[in-house]
Amino acid sequence: MPEAAKSDDFVIDVTDLSLTFETSDGPVKALSGVDLKIARGEFVSFIGPSGCGKTTLLRTVADLEQPSSGSIKVNGMTPSEARLNRAYGYVFQAPALYPWRTVASNIALPLEIMGVPKAERATRVARGLDLVNLSGFGNKYPWQLSGGMQQRASIARALSFDPDLLLMDEPFGALDEIVRDMLNEQLLRLWEKTGKTALFVTHSIPEAVFLSTRIVVMSPRPGRIHDVIECKFPRDRTLDIRETPAFLEVANRVRHGLREGHSYDV
Amino acid sequence: MKSVLPLSTVLAALFVLWYGFAVWMNSPLQRDLFANAGNTAYSSSDLAVAALNMERPKLPAPHQVAGELYHLIIATAPDSKRSLVYHASITLQETLIGFFFGSLFGIGLAVAIVFVRPLERSLMPWIVASQTVPIIALAPMIVVILNQFDIGGMTPKAVIAAYLSFFPITVGMVKGLRSPDPLQLDLMRTYSATSSQMLFKLRTPSSLPFFFASMKIGAAAALVGAVIAEVTKSEDGGLGARLLAGSYYGQTVQIWAALFTAAALSGALVGAIGLVGRLTLRKMAFPT
Repeated sequence: MPEAAKSDDFVIDVTDLSLTFETSDGPVKALSGVDLKIARGEFVSFIGPSGCGKTTLLRTVADLEQPSSGSIKVNGMTPSEARLNRAYGYVFQAPALYPWRTVASNIALPLEIMGVPKAERATRVARGLDLVNLSGFGNKYPWQLSGGMQQRASIARALSFDPDLLLMDEPFGALDEIVRDMLNEQLLRLWEKTGKTALFVTHSIPEAVFLSTRIVVMSPRPGRIHDVIECKFPRDRTLDIRETPAFLEVANRVRHGLREGHSYDV
Repeated sequence: MKSVLPLSTVLAALFVLWYGFAVWMNSPLQRDLFANAGNTAYSSSDLAVAALNMERPKLPAPHQVAGELYHLIIATAPDSKRSLVYHASITLQETLIGFFFGSLFGIGLAVAIVFVRPLERSLMPWIVASQTVPIIALAPMIVVILNQFDIGGMTPKAVIAAYLSFFPITVGMVKGLRSPDPLQLDLMRTYSATSSQMLFKLRTPSSLPFFFASMKIGAAAALVGAVIAEVTKSEDGGLGARLLAGSYYGQTVQIWAALFTAAALSGALVGAIGLVGRLTLRKMAFPT
């Protein structure tokens, strides 16, 4: 947990981060005064209403957006250095698989770009397919897969080059409840098995509570951190945990946090 | 083949219209011919039949054009200077050479525009302007200028074909190379992909549907360019030369036969590109 961790063990270190978008309607404060430290191996969820800047924060970590002020360190480097070092795998809201590539060759895409030799690529793709339970689907094209399978393929793609950091932006947002539950459990197992650090943006309270070690509750206008809630369930938890009083208590705290953050403009 | 019935219906309607127009347009002339020959006792059906079989009609009837096509394509030796096969092969060569270099130039320009943003503002107005100059005015200039450098024969015509064909290819390919959605581009950024990896692994495959569409337009434009160039410089033959000769001597049947040959050539080129495109896109799992 962050208190106990050494400072050089922080994967993410955000200090007083602000980001303002210049739009035709004037400046929009997407992020304002964000402070956050994330230790190695944590699973941190970001939850909040639309416009609270959770996706923007994730994109800033990924060097897809540039902060207006404040500092952000990823593995002790600037986001742009971290990106050039291929420090993270990013999973988008949509699978964003390239339709002209098979599932296997989509998973191999980052490896091709990073110059991994062909034989090595094949073993890593096979491992990736196995990791997300898609063995036997490598030769299929994306359109031949269901939405859930496509998103699993995109997770395998993000993991194919074995980054320590996984950035996920509402990866299961477009999927139905049952598939989502299944994928949540698989993702948890994956995290448990690989020990990676995960940043996970979501709209769903149960999803956040089920997956996370910490939940960052954000509020909009300007986008900022409203509360950070610890969530210390055992790593090998299963979906049943969602019926327990402890789970419901954390979920309630998150719900309260969301409501408080929202109250001023209701 | 669900398209057979609608297609043949349209074709039949066209034939009826064409015959109607031919009779209407040619009758006055035929009436004069009858009068000159002292023939006054002709029925209206005599007039119609004669109007559809004149030697130099204003509008030749379909069967006259078909007869001329048969005569000049099948009954004439292909190496004869009267053969349409001979002239069509000249036009086809110029078209293909021009189309090839026009495509290379057009695609190169599109890649440059996509990669160097300011180029769009500085180059695009010139590219558009180049196409607003009437090619019929420009073609003789190109021939004269190239002749100054002792470049003759097929080259000036291929240049004019290329000149007309590169534009639709540039416009289409700029659109195609920019067709990846922001998510697909962001994905490449997260891998720190280089510009050339971005080009070959994302932009090029995404642009393929646009590529084949632009190639079809470019090929048809190249053929138009080649024919216009042949009208300008007709001594080497080609379908354009046949058009010009036909109009010198009032050989309307010959003109129409050359026109149909050019249209068939263009249709075959576009059809071939379309076929290759469909097969390629299907293989690459694009929705077609």
